[in-house]
Amino acid sequence: MGQSTANVELGMEQATIEGVMSRHRQDSSAIIAILQDLQEEVNYLPEGALRYVAERLDIPVSKVYSLATFYRAFSLEPRGRHLIHVCTGTACHVRGAGRILDTLERETGIHAGETDAQMEFTLETVNCLGACALGPVVVVNGEYFGQMTGAKAARLVKKLQPAEQE
Amino acid sequence: MEKLTSPQDLERVRATWLASLDPHKPCVTVCSGTGCLAGGCKQATDAFRQEIERQGLADKVDVRTTGCHGFCERGPVVVIHPQGIFYQHVKPEDVPQVVAETLGQGNVIDRLLYTHPQTGEKITYERDVPFYQLQKRLILADNGFIDPTCIEDYIARGGYSGLARALHTMQPEEIIDVIKRSGLRGRGGAGFPTGRKWESCRNAEGEPKYVICNADEGDPGAYMNRSTLEGNPHSVLEGMIIGAYAIGSHEGYVYVRNEYPLAVKNLALALEAARAYGLLGQDILGSGFSFDVRIARGGGAFVCGESSALMRSLEGNVGEPSAKYVRSVERGLWDKPSDLNNVETWANVPHIINQGWEWFAGLGTAGSKGTKVFSLVGKVNNTGLVEVPLGITLRQIIFDIGGGIPGGRKFKAVQTGGPSGGCIPESMLDMSVDFDELAKAGSMMGSGGMIVMDERTCMVDVARYFLNFLREESCGKCTPCREGIVRSLEILERLCNGKGQSGDIALLEELGELLQGFSLCGLGQTAANPVLSTLRYFRDEYEAHIRELKCPAGVCKALIVYSIDAARCNGCGACVRQCPQGGISGEKKAPHVIKQDLCIRCGVCLDTCKFGAVLVQ
Repeated sequence: MGQSTANVELGMEQATIEGVMSRHRQDSSAIIAILQDLQEEVNYLPEGALRYVAERLDIPVSKVYSLATFYRAFSLEPRGRHLIHVCTGTACHVRGAGRILDTLERETGIHAGETDAQMEFTLETVNCLGACALGPVVVVNGEYFGQMTGAKAARLVKKLQPAEQE
Repeated sequence: MEKLTSPQDLERVRATWLASLDPHKPCVTVCSGTGCLAGGCKQATDAFRQEIERQGLADKVDVRTTGCHGFCERGPVVVIHPQGIFYQHVKPEDVPQVVAETLGQGNVIDRLLYTHPQTGEKITYERDVPFYQLQKRLILADNGFIDPTCIEDYIARGGYSGLARALHTMQPEEIIDVIKRSGLRGRGGAGFPTGRKWESCRNAEGEPKYVICNADEGDPGAYMNRSTLEGNPHSVLEGMIIGAYAIGSHEGYVYVRNEYPLAVKNLALALEAARAYGLLGQDILGSGFSFDVRIARGGGAFVCGESSALMRSLEGNVGEPSAKYVRSVERGLWDKPSDLNNVETWANVPHIINQGWEWFAGLGTAGSKGTKVFSLVGKVNNTGLVEVPLGITLRQIIFDIGGGIPGGRKFKAVQTGGPSGGCIPESMLDMSVDFDELAKAGSMMGSGGMIVMDERTCMVDVARYFLNFLREESCGKCTPCREGIVRSLEILERLCNGKGQSGDIALLEELGELLQGFSLCGLGQTAANPVLSTLRYFRDEYEAHIRELKCPAGVCKALIVYSIDAARCNGCGACVRQCPQGGISGEKKAPHVIKQDLCIRCGVCLDTCKFGAVLVQ
C-alpha cells in the first residue's frame, strides 16, 4: 500500500492526503469523512497524517485526536496483514460468538483490539454485521465465514499462519 | 437521461420502461442482500450469466440482482419469474441444471425447493412458503423485484408517483395533515408521531431547515434499515423529498453506517440517478421546489443513532448528545430547525401519499398503525426479515413465520428493542406487538431487532452482554450513564463468575433507577432495561447464580463443568485431537474422560463431537 514511498513523517504520501482533502473541498466540517478516507488508504490513521490534516484545515490537533479516538471505526495503530473481525452482535452472541472469540484469541495469541508483533493478525470485534442468519460470523479480510464453531475458527487461523510456523 | 419537468414526463418514462419489459420473458432474480452475499450469491449470479450465454439463452432470459428477499436463512435465494419458482441455497454448481431444466424445459428441480417443516411437502412458489404467507409487505414489497441500481425499475413499479402527486396536487400543510391522520409513528425506536414532528419543524423559526434520514442502524441484531437502503434506496429518497417539501427544507442528509458499504454504494447511485432525472436538485418535476441530499458516513459510534449526537457528528464533531430542553426540530443541525426520521419511517411516506391515510390507519392497532419490519434472529429456524402488520402476536412471528426453535429446544425469551429493550418471557407470547404493549412489558419496539433465545441462553449473561455493549458505547459525557453502567456491569460480571453476593440484585435495581432517572439521553435512560426486564421475568436465574453457584442454562464458564457421557461416547478420538489443552484422555473405542484440572471450558469438544456425548452442567 505504498508503504515504501510513504513520507516517513506523515506515515503516508502527502499527495494522498492532499487528494483526500480536496475531494472534500478542504471543508473542516467534513473532517470525519476525511479521516475515513485516509484510513481506507493505509488501514489506520498515522499520527503524522493527523497532525498534517489538523494544520491544513486549521483544526486543533486535540480535536482531530478526540474524533479519532471517539469513533470506534478509527485505528491509531497499524493493522496486521490479516484483519479478523468477529461479530459480537446479539444474534451471534446467543449462538456462541464468545467461544469463537476465545478460540481466536488463543490461536493468534492476541486479544481483541490487538495486532501481533509479526504484523500477521489484527483481531477486532464488531457489534453487528447484519448477517445474523449466518451467525456466529467471522470476517477475514472481507470474506465472510458463517456458522462458525470453535474448531472451525482454530482451523481458519492455522490456514492463515505463515508456512514456517506450522 | 433527460430532466423530467412534469408528472406526465414521469408517467412517460414509466410507460416506456414497462413497454421494454416482456412480462412473459423468464427472469432469474438472485437475492444480493448482505446475507446472500455472505452466502456466495455473487458466484451464483456469475454462473447464471455464463451458463445462460453458454446454453444460447442470452436473448430469452434476463438475470437480475435484487435486494434482500428476507429469508436469509435459506440464502443464496433465487426466484425465477414469471412463475415465481423459489430455489434455496443455490450454489454455482447447481446453476447449469437450473438453466437447462427450469429455464430450458420448464421443469422444477425438487432438491432446490423449500420443504415445509411440518408437512414435509415440497413448496414450489415463493408466495406459498409459510415464511412469507403471514407477512404483509409494504416496505419490503419491491425488494425482490427491482434492481436497486436501476431507477427505471423503481419508476416502473409506481415509484416517484407519490412525489409527483404531493408536489403538484397537495399543499405542504395538507401533506402534514395526511401524515398526522395516518397515525405513522417513528420507526427508529421511540415511536414519536411523525406528522407532529414535521409540523413542529415546519413551524419552527429559522432558515435553512434540514431533513435528515437516520440510517445509523446500531442495534446489534437489527438489519432491516440496511436491507431497505440496499434493496430499495429510492423509496427512502422519495419519502425524504416529500417530507422536505412539507417541512420547507431544501437540504437533506442521510447519516448511514460506514459498516454498510453496499447501502452507501446503492444510495450514492440512487442520488446520482435521481439528480439526472431532475427528481433531486432545482425545480423538481417542474414544481418550483428544490431539494438535494448528501450522504454522511457514520464512524461506528452507537450513540450517534441518538438525534442530537447524530447532528453533532454531521457537523464534524464528537457525537455527544445534548440535553433535551432544546428540541432539534427547533435548533438541531448547525442550530437550525431539523427533522430527523428513520429509514423505515421515510419509506412509509410514499405509500401513505399514494394510498391515502385511511388505508394506512386501517392497518395495525389503535395506537400503532401500519406495518413494521423485524429482523427475526437468534435461536429460531427461519432467520430473516419479517414485515408484519402491527398487532400480530409474538407467537405468530416466532412460531408461525419463524418456524419455532431449532433442535427441538424450548423457547425461553425474545429480546426486542436492542440494548434499550428487554426480554419477554414465554408467558407473554400472545401479547400483540405494538409500541404501547411492548413498553408495558418492560421492553420497547426499538428499531425492530427481535432476538429469540432458547433454554441454552443464560439471561444473566444476556444482561451482562448488553451492559458491556453499552459500557463501550456510552459517550461518557454524563455521570449517571458513565458510572451507572460500569457499576452494574461489575455486579453482573461478578454473578457470571460465581462471586455474586446477597444484596447484588437490590443493588442492580437501585442502579437501574439511577440510570433511568438521571441520564442525559436515551442511551443511559434505557440502559437498565436489559437488566430490569430479565430481573422481572427471570429472577430465579439470578438467584441460582448467587445462591447455588449454578448457571441453569450452562453458559457462564465459571459455573459449568464439561463432561463426557460414557454411554454415548464411542471413543472416536475427535475431541482428544481437537482439545487445545490436551485435556481429554481415553483409548480408542473406549469412552473418553475430560481432565477437569486442565479444562478451560472452551467448548471445542462440544463443537467437535458428532454423537452428542459432551455434556455441559
